[in-house]
Amino acid sequence: MSLLEVRDLRVNVDDKPILKGLDLTVEAGEVHAVMGPNGSGKSTLANVLAGRPGYDIDAGSITLDDEDLTAATPDERAHRGLFLAFQYPIEIPGVSNMEFLKAAVDAHAAHTGASEPSAVDFIKRARAAAEQLHLSADFLKRGVNEGFSGGEKKRNEILQMLLLEPRLAVLDETDSGLDIDALQVVAEGINAFRAEDNAIVLVTHYQRLLNYVVPDHVHVLIDGRIARSGDHTLAHTLEDEGYGWLDD
Amino acid sequence: MPEHAPELDDLVSQDYAAGFVTDIAADTLPPGLDEQVVRAISAKKEEPGWMTEWRLDAFRRWQTMRPPRWAHVSFQDIDFQAISYFSAPKGDRPKSLDEVDPELLRTYEKLGIPLHERAKLAGVDGSEQAVPEVAVDAVFDSVSVATTFKDKLREAGVVFCSMSEAIAEHPDLVRRYLGSVVPKPDNFYSALNSAVFSDGSFVYIPKHTRCPMELSTYFRINAENTGQFERTLIIADEGSYVSYLEGCTAPMRDDNQLHAAVVELVALDDAEIKYSTVQNWYPGDEQGRGGIYNFVTKRGACLGARSKISWTQVETGSAITWKYPSVMLRGADSVGEFYSVALTRNRQQADTGTKMVHIGPRTKSTIVSKGISAGHSRNSYRGLVRMNPAAAGARNYTQCDSLLIGDTCGANTFPYIESKLPAAVVEHEATTSKVSDEQLFLCQQRGIDPEKAVAMIVNGFCKDVFRTLPMEFAVEAAKLLEVSLEGAVG
Repeated sequence: MSLLEVRDLRVNVDDKPILKGLDLTVEAGEVHAVMGPNGSGKSTLANVLAGRPGYDIDAGSITLDDEDLTAATPDERAHRGLFLAFQYPIEIPGVSNMEFLKAAVDAHAAHTGASEPSAVDFIKRARAAAEQLHLSADFLKRGVNEGFSGGEKKRNEILQMLLLEPRLAVLDETDSGLDIDALQVVAEGINAFRAEDNAIVLVTHYQRLLNYVVPDHVHVLIDGRIARSGDHTLAHTLEDEGYGWLDD
Repeated sequence: MPEHAPELDDLVSQDYAAGFVTDIAADTLPPGLDEQVVRAISAKKEEPGWMTEWRLDAFRRWQTMRPPRWAHVSFQDIDFQAISYFSAPKGDRPKSLDEVDPELLRTYEKLGIPLHERAKLAGVDGSEQAVPEVAVDAVFDSVSVATTFKDKLREAGVVFCSMSEAIAEHPDLVRRYLGSVVPKPDNFYSALNSAVFSDGSFVYIPKHTRCPMELSTYFRINAENTGQFERTLIIADEGSYVSYLEGCTAPMRDDNQLHAAVVELVALDDAEIKYSTVQNWYPGDEQGRGGIYNFVTKRGACLGARSKISWTQVETGSAITWKYPSVMLRGADSVGEFYSVALTRNRQQADTGTKMVHIGPRTKSTIVSKGISAGHSRNSYRGLVRMNPAAAGARNYTQCDSLLIGDTCGANTFPYIESKLPAAVVEHEATTSKVSDEQLFLCQQRGIDPEKAVAMIVNGFCKDVFRTLPMEFAVEAAKLLEVSLEGAVG
């Protein structure tokens, strides 16, 4: 049984077809990179996996651990272990990062029937994760993404991933807008998360993140379909030659 | 796409726990208002002649006045002859708590208001925490039915009693200050209140005294077709401090009921008054039937140098809210503050804000207003900052934020700044934001259900104001918002 199976996924946005029959299989322990030119449907794929409203699934299915999530609500998917790192993390003014993280962790605990972590244990874990991402302890007290720099926002997404320990992490252009130092910190966070019992789908426009997080598989998405799959060397080919040669 | 994407609008429903009616025999005047009714109210309360004359003067002035029309609210004209102006539980006013009708005690018990004098022990997470004592004056329809902790307060020299008692026992203070902050003809409703006010709370904090506990008045409207016109007067003498809380509820009824209160605060040199309100009057149903018309005049006078008056209000109730807790900053270096959260949903209308009138030199004021609108409600902030010529070095900071939930509600901001003093500093910031689908999706993606998410987002929005509430009240206010926002996810 595969961890994630996407079958013949067809998705419309505002009645316009964006994904036109996409197949993707991800096994536990794997990292998949989904690359492609602008407008090819990369972000649509990430959002549809997470169940974002506004994307109409015309046909096909999304299965996580043998459970069909095609019609599940975003919170149900989250409870099954699906995590989306947002391309543009939004602010929630006045709600502290810590408060938000605790609410998220508690919601997951409530779903699995586990007891909520004590406030002390939770703060310890959160601080450790923040430190790992080179974020000051003060960062946890600030409002969610409120006044964060672009790099802080992206690191905050990785922080949430580390605390929620999802089964499948979908990272939507997490590398965009990062300077080289921040990119390395984010990559270290992703590599620390990487394990035999989870999987990662990296949606990215550029190859540079893949220098630090080496994927098991690389897929090229063109016009709503996977046009080519290969190992990590495919990313280098794309870097050198662009996407044009795939049209032939 | 999920089939049942939650609509933000659906997250806002009504659940009004305080909507029950207490079955109790009442002594109620027939509807209608003329001089005889004013005299009858005064007679029922066995008032001295000067008080009766004071009321009659107010009544005559009221007869020449018209209801104001400038607020951004709409409703049918009120028939002032269809309202009863006095309703009280039958029997003599109880002399002690033991004599209070058990039915009334049960009512306050149900509302979570302690009318006993034990320090409460609340179990939080299994641990027992001592909750600070709160003295309560319970006003039921037109009369105060009980005031707790009076002996303990008396030891500290603090007077906390019903207005009726104050008129009898502290006539000098009442004559000196009643109507001194809100004059009888200040506005239509203050004139009406001055003529027919029934009861309310009176507080006097002597010089250099810190009131040993929180004081609180709980207003309950029970009787049908009755208006509630309470009158509160708080005097903080030199160097004193008091924190005062006010709560309000009413049964669910299809008719609108009028609540036209007047609250006056007086702070002398170096005195501080902190006045907090959690207003949860019945807001009416989804179609806008019923609910309280809350037309209230609240004003404080910082008479003394370095005095401070701080208003904090959390408004979730009433069909129509129309109130502007204000501060007249007369004393040099005096400080006025206004912190407000106003939540409207369904067909509720709120036009609320404040007035800060800077008269003395170096006076300072801060205004933080948070309006949250949902459903088909209308929520307006209306505020006046006036800098008089003598207010050299005066400063004001105003921040008005509106949060919209859904697409069918409305928010307005009407800031008025009148400065006769070019050097005065007046800062104004305003924002309008929406609980966006993106915020909701972020929360859901992290496993948080939509109802909790909306509550969390709204709470975050109100944080600046909740911080200023006494701790126990802050928890209550946050819970009240959560209940008000509770609803089925469609």
